[in-house]
Amino acid sequence: MTREDILQIAEMSKLSLSEEEIQIFMGMFSGVMGQVKELDELDTEAIEPLYFLNVKDKPYREDVEEESLDRAEVLKNAPEEEYGYFKVKKVMD
Amino acid sequence: MDITSLTAMEIREKIANKEISAQEVIKAHLDRIKELDGDLNAFITITEEEAFEAAKRVDEKVKNGEKLGKLAGIPIGVKDNIVTKDIRTTAGSKMLENFIPPYDATVIKRIKEEDGIILGKTNLDEFAGSYSTESSYFGVTKNPIDRERVPGGSSGGSTAAVRAQEVALALGSDTGGSNRQPASYCGIVGIKPSYGLVSRHGLIPLSNSLDVVGSFARNVTDASLLLDVIAGRDEKDPTAMDIERGSYLEGLTGDIKGMKVALPKEYMNMPMDARVKEKVLQAAKVFEKLGAHVEEVSLPHAKYAWATYYLIVVSEISSAMAKYDGVSYGHRTEDYESLDELFIKSRTEGLGEEIKRSIMAGTYILSTEEGRKYYEKAFRVRALLKEDFDRVFEKYDVILTPTTPNLPFKIGESVKNPTEMYGSGIFCIPANVVGLCALSVPCGYVHGLPVGLQIMGDRFKEANILKAAYAFEGELSLGGDK
Repeated sequence: MTREDILQIAEMSKLSLSEEEIQIFMGMFSGVMGQVKELDELDTEAIEPLYFLNVKDKPYREDVEEESLDRAEVLKNAPEEEYGYFKVKKVMD
Repeated sequence: MDITSLTAMEIREKIANKEISAQEVIKAHLDRIKELDGDLNAFITITEEEAFEAAKRVDEKVKNGEKLGKLAGIPIGVKDNIVTKDIRTTAGSKMLENFIPPYDATVIKRIKEEDGIILGKTNLDEFAGSYSTESSYFGVTKNPIDRERVPGGSSGGSTAAVRAQEVALALGSDTGGSNRQPASYCGIVGIKPSYGLVSRHGLIPLSNSLDVVGSFARNVTDASLLLDVIAGRDEKDPTAMDIERGSYLEGLTGDIKGMKVALPKEYMNMPMDARVKEKVLQAAKVFEKLGAHVEEVSLPHAKYAWATYYLIVVSEISSAMAKYDGVSYGHRTEDYESLDELFIKSRTEGLGEEIKRSIMAGTYILSTEEGRKYYEKAFRVRALLKEDFDRVFEKYDVILTPTTPNLPFKIGESVKNPTEMYGSGIFCIPANVVGLCALSVPCGYVHGLPVGLQIMGDRFKEANILKAAYAFEGELSLGGDK
């Protein structure tokens, strides 16, 4: 893993890293990928991936209209709101 | 009478018999919290006012001869990643420092419907993403057994609170051992139910295909009581299944004659503290004495469980954390010029090191060709792991392993030696990867530090592991109060 690789992953993760963190992550990635590569020992070509554990007998519910959360209640947690909407700074000219 | 040393069942009975009032029970426990928690730091938020209101309602019911709920008057701690209406819920993160949920999680609703009394929200590793409760934004929780040591994690606040008799019961969540490992470190009982037994609606997600909500208590009966209340289908969580089951409490007979118990050689041969191994082998002897048949079995893919778990968990963490962007709720940076800067600064300021590490690893796995190759492979190996367990459960009722390979480590040690901390989950993660039920029950002490026995069962066979644990606990009598 290069420094550039780490910075690109940070950009995708929407995180900004300190110089120290970049160094830590470079070490971490090589260590972890080393352990993950243990899976190479297994031939899994013929094995179906198991993505979901609860696929059988999935219960369905009736399609009944339900009251959803109150808008004012929900907006109480917004860092900024106006006219019932989440507000951020102007981002387009 | 020392009220805080009563079990949940005793509290319930004494309130129903008018020997004590719910308000007395709550006061005794809140006093205990005030006495101890300044140093232990098991709680992030204490809900004294709401607790007394709820206790008054229970006392009214008793006075009026109304039917009491199954948890009437029992003081309960709730891990702070389970949302509670109008009560701050932080997930141990600066990101949610001021988050006040507008609804109750389904498990909270069920507790309230049964007259359970919530005393507060307990500390945890940030977003439940580690094993020591040291990564919380709200400080470290100490282990009540030895205050220089961690309580384990991520549900360390809940397990410390139960052990210290600040509450009789608690809720936690378990993604890779977060209920069982801290239960082991604090010498109490911790249950990780099968994936799909308990609703996750209102559990702040860490890893959607692995997370489950479970219960803690100082004995098996009490932990079963709480599981009985929270288990069951929920229309708000499509993964919560409709499982036919009897009462777990009623299944605790103490009789396990003829029960088939498996001891997996691959796990027993993994590197671990020899004293822990010794205690678990002694526990297997206790099962034999109780009339169970104990045999060695093989789970051939055991050594691949960690890599499989890691690939799934970090990928899902990176996805679950994507919603914290500073827009609709959670921490927002003060100063930004563009939306991108809003996202980056809010996340960088609001999230801790441990979670950032997982997000980075998950993003790498999901966004690179090499990473995706291993991600897909993990789900194929998951199928192999499931086959291993399916084969064993065709013949056996339960599997025994240590809960953790080590004893509780000292606060601060995990920074120097992170491998020991992550390694502490090694016996726990297979149950999450395959969706099995499992629990940790105390099986002895080494120099005053507790050792936990893990009992695993097939999916939705909670009755088996609880019955086994109950019989074992009765024989060994090490748990806590009874």
